[in-house]
Amino acid sequence: MAKPNIALYWCASCGGCEEAVLDLNENLLKVVEAVDIVLWPVAFDFKYKDLEAMKDGEIAVSFINGAIRLSEQERIANLLRRKSGLVIAFGSCAHLGGIPGLANFWDREAIFNRIYKEVPTIDNQECNIPKEIVKIDGKELALPVFYDTVKTLSQVIDVDYYLPGCPPPPDLILQALTAILEDRLPPKGAVLAPAQSLCGDCPRKDSKPEVIHIKEIRRISKIIADPDRCFFEQGVICLGPATRSGCGARCIEANMPCRGCFGPLDNVVDQGGKFLSALASIFDTNDEEEIKKRVDSIIDPAGTFYRFSLPSSILRRRRISNN
Amino acid sequence: MDRFEPKIIGFLCNWCSYEGADAAGKSRRKYPANLRVIRVMCSGRIDPQFVMEAFRVGADGVVILGCHPGDCHYKEGNYKALKRYHLLQKTLAQLGIEKERCTLNWIAASEGEKFAEIVKEMVKKVKQLGPIDNSE
Repeated sequence: MAKPNIALYWCASCGGCEEAVLDLNENLLKVVEAVDIVLWPVAFDFKYKDLEAMKDGEIAVSFINGAIRLSEQERIANLLRRKSGLVIAFGSCAHLGGIPGLANFWDREAIFNRIYKEVPTIDNQECNIPKEIVKIDGKELALPVFYDTVKTLSQVIDVDYYLPGCPPPPDLILQALTAILEDRLPPKGAVLAPAQSLCGDCPRKDSKPEVIHIKEIRRISKIIADPDRCFFEQGVICLGPATRSGCGARCIEANMPCRGCFGPLDNVVDQGGKFLSALASIFDTNDEEEIKKRVDSIIDPAGTFYRFSLPSSILRRRRISNN
Repeated sequence: MDRFEPKIIGFLCNWCSYEGADAAGKSRRKYPANLRVIRVMCSGRIDPQFVMEAFRVGADGVVILGCHPGDCHYKEGNYKALKRYHLLQKTLAQLGIEKERCTLNWIAASEGEKFAEIVKEMVKKVKQLGPIDNSE
């Protein structure tokens, strides 16, 4: 019997998700015994025309990582959707927008101005910026369109499942691959990680008091955090309460608070908004001036609460006309 | 020439502020029809996501009205609203939604006049700011 085909593709991504696949180590050998990889730009030299030549549904599963920021990424995502039985959004960027999603605080014009003209180390006297069509020696060169707004994968194609994480941990990847090969997947649309918040799995959860009150917000870079006590209880912003579990609390084990890369729990659309509510609710004061002081001490609420999830949030981006 | 008529969503708590809005009606106080009222049991019920969703679907402004501090029907719900409101305002400002577009006020059951004034002020202010721009 022919082995199922799989494809791996990267959109606006850092490459960490490809490395996560390699982190399967010896298990990767078992995987390649079971499947045929027909597209993996980082590793193999397949061309887009090979992909276009495939029949619809010829690929059993496509794992697409990275956010959608260029027209090329949208085009290939659509192409892979047609050619694949299942599409899995792999990693935070495909799932929620990820770190590239933070670009949604700006638009193309602001980004290009900054990168190609304003950065102090740039020497660009002619003010050259990338253009979509350039004519050179009578030939036309095209670059993909750079959108104003970064999108999640599910905002451009129909996604079957989500593998969360920045990057998804190897054991979660292996679990997902095994579930696919053994045809044991949950209902469509599921996030392939536990349905509880990180607090439930946190190694520090026994140190949490019955009620947490935040007297003062403290920045992790300015203190030496107690490695045994709940971060929230120490006044350090930790997105654990609003973040799905399944990562093994790797960051907590390294004495760093959770940054939210696994995204929100089921039935929550807007991770940042949910966390905002949780954090504000436990300010240890009812006095309006004190409340304002606490709020002022949070340097960048939108960036912190939506670090990985801005494109997937309700508002998706900063209003363009206000830039 | 079309004159901009802002859409304002009002989240009113069931106890003090909704009564206050009713008081405005009973005493036939006029206030702009731009306000659409959504009654919640307590201002502390208001999830920041409600406010964001209101802006997403086209509200130009959001008013949150609750009981005066100390008078909350559920004791401290309005304090929760107050805490979330300040953090929400700062976050919304980073997302390009001006602070003036989302306001929080306390309305007692008898304060029909104050309610009407708040709505009038809000409509005036949002008219100056213009419609919200949700383009991507």
